[in-house]
Formats: sequence, C-alpha cells, structure tokens
Amino acid sequence: MIWNEKIECASRNEMDAIQSEALIKTVQRIYHNIPSYRTKMQEKGLVPGDIKSVEDLSKLPFTNKSDLRDGYPFGMFSVPMSEIVRVHASSGTTGKPTVVGYTRNDLQMWSEVVTRALCMAGVHKNDIVQVAYGYGLFTGGLGLHYGTENLGATVIPISGGNTKKQIQLMQDFGTSVIACTPSYALFLAEVMQDNGIDPESLDLRVGIFGAEPWSENMRREIESKLKLKAIDIYGLSEVVGPGVSCECEEQAGMHVNEDHFIPEIIDPETLEPVSKGEMGELVFSTVTKEGIPILRYRTRDLTRLVYDKCSCGRTLVRMEKCTGRSDDMLIIRGVNVFPSQIESVLLDMSETEPHYLLIVEREGTLDILKLLVEVQEQFFSDEIRELEALRKKITGNIQSTLGISVEVKLVEPKTIERTAGKAKRVIDNRKF
Amino acid sequence: MKAKQVSVFLENKSGRLNEVAQILGQAGINISAFTVADTSDFGVLRLIVSDPEKAIAALKAKHFSARATDVVLAKSPNKPGALSRMLSILNNEGVFIEYLYAFTMDKDTAVIVIRPTDIEKCITKLGKHCDELLSDSGNYTI
Repeated sequence: MIWNEKIECASRNEMDAIQSEALIKTVQRIYHNIPSYRTKMQEKGLVPGDIKSVEDLSKLPFTNKSDLRDGYPFGMFSVPMSEIVRVHASSGTTGKPTVVGYTRNDLQMWSEVVTRALCMAGVHKNDIVQVAYGYGLFTGGLGLHYGTENLGATVIPISGGNTKKQIQLMQDFGTSVIACTPSYALFLAEVMQDNGIDPESLDLRVGIFGAEPWSENMRREIESKLKLKAIDIYGLSEVVGPGVSCECEEQAGMHVNEDHFIPEIIDPETLEPVSKGEMGELVFSTVTKEGIPILRYRTRDLTRLVYDKCSCGRTLVRMEKCTGRSDDMLIIRGVNVFPSQIESVLLDMSETEPHYLLIVEREGTLDILKLLVEVQEQFFSDEIRELEALRKKITGNIQSTLGISVEVKLVEPKTIERTAGKAKRVIDNRKF
Repeated sequence: MKAKQVSVFLENKSGRLNEVAQILGQAGINISAFTVADTSDFGVLRLIVSDPEKAIAALKAKHFSARATDVVLAKSPNKPGALSRMLSILNNEGVFIEYLYAFTMDKDTAVIVIRPTDIEKCITKLGKHCDELLSDSGNYTI
C-alpha cells in the first residue's frame, strides 16, 4: 500500500514545484529567525529573495553538526519554546549532545513520514509492531511508535533490551513486525536458537532495521535466521529521526520523503554538487520543519541518489545504502563515536599528544571497541600497580564520556603506525 | 644514598627482552641485575646497570619507554639469614617495600635492590644498621 500516493508517486515536475514552494518559505523563516544562519547567508551576499526554486538550493551555505552543538541547547530553534512540544537529543557524543526540538506540526509530519516508511516496508494496519528501539532521548523508539499508531497498526512499546521478554512477547502477542537495530536482530536470532525457539513458529513477517550500518550479507543472514523480510530504514535526529528514507518491498534503495527533506549529493572535498547518480556526501534540507528547520545539513554519509521510477510505483528519489562516512565517525552499538573524543579524554590525562589506535571488531553480533594507548614517558610508571590503575582510569574516563565500554591495552611507544607523521587512528575490522 | 635503576616498559611480545639486551650491549653497558614484573599484556623490566643515564638514552633512541627509578642498593653478607636480618630492620622501622630483588657481587657479598614507598626514610633507617649502602657509580660492578 502507498500511504500518500499523490506525493509518493508525483512526477518530477510536480515534486520540483512542491519542494520549491516549501524551500522559499523555509529560507525566509530561517533568515529571519536564526541569526547564525543569517550571518552565513550574508557572508555569501545572499538574501532570501535569491532563492526562487529548488534549482537555487546549491547557492545556500551548509549547516554542520558543530552549528547545532554551538547553539546548545536551543540556539537553532526557530520558534519560541512555547511552540516546542518535544525535544530529542543525539546519542551523546563530545560532552554536549545535539538537541532537536519539534512543534506539534513537526510531530505530525514525522508520524506521516514514518507511516509512509512502514507502508513502503509492507506493514499494514492489521500488523502488530514490536518497537525494540530505545525509547527516550534517542529518536528511534518514539519515531517508530507514533508512525505505527498513525498507520493504525498495533504498537508494542517494549523499547530496547530485555531479550527474553522480547521473544516471549513475540510468541504471546503474535508480533508480525520487529523494529530494532540489525545487530540486535541477529542477537535475537541467536538467543532464540539457544533457547530452542523456531522462528518459523512466530508470526514475524517484516523487520524494520536501522540506526547503524549493515550490509547485504547481514540482510541475508537476518532474513534466513528470523524468517522475515529485512527492510532498511534511514534517519538522523538532526533531520527528523527515523523515516527520512526507507526501502520498499523491492529492497532496491531507500525512498526519500523528499517533499519534506530535499537530498543532494556533494563532493566532500570541493563541496560542489556532483553530477546526477554520482557517489558523494548526502546533504539534507528540511523544508517543512518548524522547530529546527535546517538547510543543507551535511550528514557525512556517503551514498548516491537514483531518480528512476521504482517498480513499486513510487517516484520518490531513492538513496543507496550508505557505504561509509566522509568523516571518521564510527557507529558502535548504535552510539556515534569520533576518534577525537578518545583523544580529548587522553589529553585530559596527560600534557602531551597521546598516541592511540582504535580497533573495532565484531565478535558474534556485538561490536567490540579496543583501544591501544602508547605508554609514553608521561604515562610510564615503574610500578605495575600504577600502570594497571592508569589502564582502569582510561577505561573509566572513556566509558563515562562515550557511554560505551572499551578494552584498553597499553603498548610500547612507536608501535602504532605513523603515516606521513600522523598516526592512523582507526582500524575497523567489522564486516558489514 | 639513592641509586638509579633503569625501568623499561615492555609489551609481552617475543624478542623484546633480547632487543633491550642488544641495545645495552652495543652501548657497552653492563647489566648487573634485572627482574621483570609482568601482567598478561605488558611488563616492566627493571635493571641495575653500569651507566643508567647512558642506558636510558640508548633505549629512548630506540623508542623504548625508559626511565630512572630511585632505589636503595644495600650491601649484605652472602650468607644464610642475612636477608631476614635486613628485612627485620625495615619491618621494625616501619619501612614499606614496593618490590625488591637481589644479586651477588662476589662469593661473600650480596646486594639487595629495594624500592621502598619512602626512599629517604629507608636510607636513614637502614644506614643506622646496615653494612654499606651503594651508589650507582658502578662500584658494585663485578
């Protein structure tokens, strides 16, 4: 079923017109309500009147994650707080999270796009949807929740974790749709196997998986182990949360809800738009949001856009699975990790530049983060007790900063490879 | 009198100890004694050598984490009961020991290497009772 056929199957000309009208309004609103972005436009000699259609989008300045962080907490809100009915925050990173605010209309729009996504995935109102994304500041749980209600399906708001109970409710309630991270889906399959539960005996039909990178191999594994159709959903809180784009049953790219979020692909080096169909960094402009409208937000995700009509009937542009990042961000167990955060933790503990290497591995279904730290003079104590204490302290400080556990190993100086004088910071051994 | 022990950080990797020995050998430095304290991942090599400063410089040049650690070198008769006598003194005087090891200088003489929590106190207390405390000027080199 196509939830909003008029939009989802609109011709390119119709979509251009819808986007242009919304973009012009959004530029006006941002120019007048967000001083930091107005300054950026002025620096480029732009006034709102210069943006006459979606064709002019690439004239506008970019918004970066740091703009949101600099405005912490509510600096990027373009309406008075009395209009904001909910806030979410990104899964805590460098000290301050990025906070996003939603008006009542924003929440309605968000529900609409998630409902469209669920329909793309083949979910209908008779389904029982178990939302095993975390509920809370993270957008995953509540995003899927309200979209499911809006569709008219039944939602089980179980949130993340508590795996035995997840499986029990699947059995007792007849869950037909599971929404969670792909790695948690594999973990569920493992636990079922360990407890002698045959997935065939369940009613599971569709899985809505997102919030972390995963591959086609992983899709096949999940589909064969859980006996369901695994659908990829994409989103980020800065844009709205889950539902920015989603695969349809064809599983051939994620349809972007582009009447709300206009996608562009740029060359991350030159920052110029690439030619149609080329690979580059994904950039979004939200053109209907009120709380935090955002123009040309650099997601750092690398992908390409496909404009052909899909065999499902939708004309919404499709984005391919993201193949990587244009920065060094890692997503570990759903948490965003930047190597620079590790560096600042180590810097806080000593006076000179630390040398470290992050190694990410996937053991079974779990991501393991290992950190090698060179024992430079400033760290080196003659006593084992103190070296062990140092290791514990690094572990603890990183855990409290990043919110994830890390295995710290102390290594000799110069063991970490230097390339052109600069140390290599990350080795990602995960096979997605 | 304080003496300098050379402490080196080592990962538990085969061949590392030999590399240290080679570097010191090539620099013409004699090793009188050494001990390794280890955990599952790493260890600390502690050495008494003929020229601590030169040893540290040579090791650092090869990117080892090496540093000088103050220890007390206490001369003791090389005979039964001598260690106990020294430890009794330290115990009675309330001197706590982080670690210690020993080597023999000659048939009649042993040297106990002591890393106390309070080095000044250890020297004062031991000085009252002990035969001789050595410096790191190399006079213990066989």
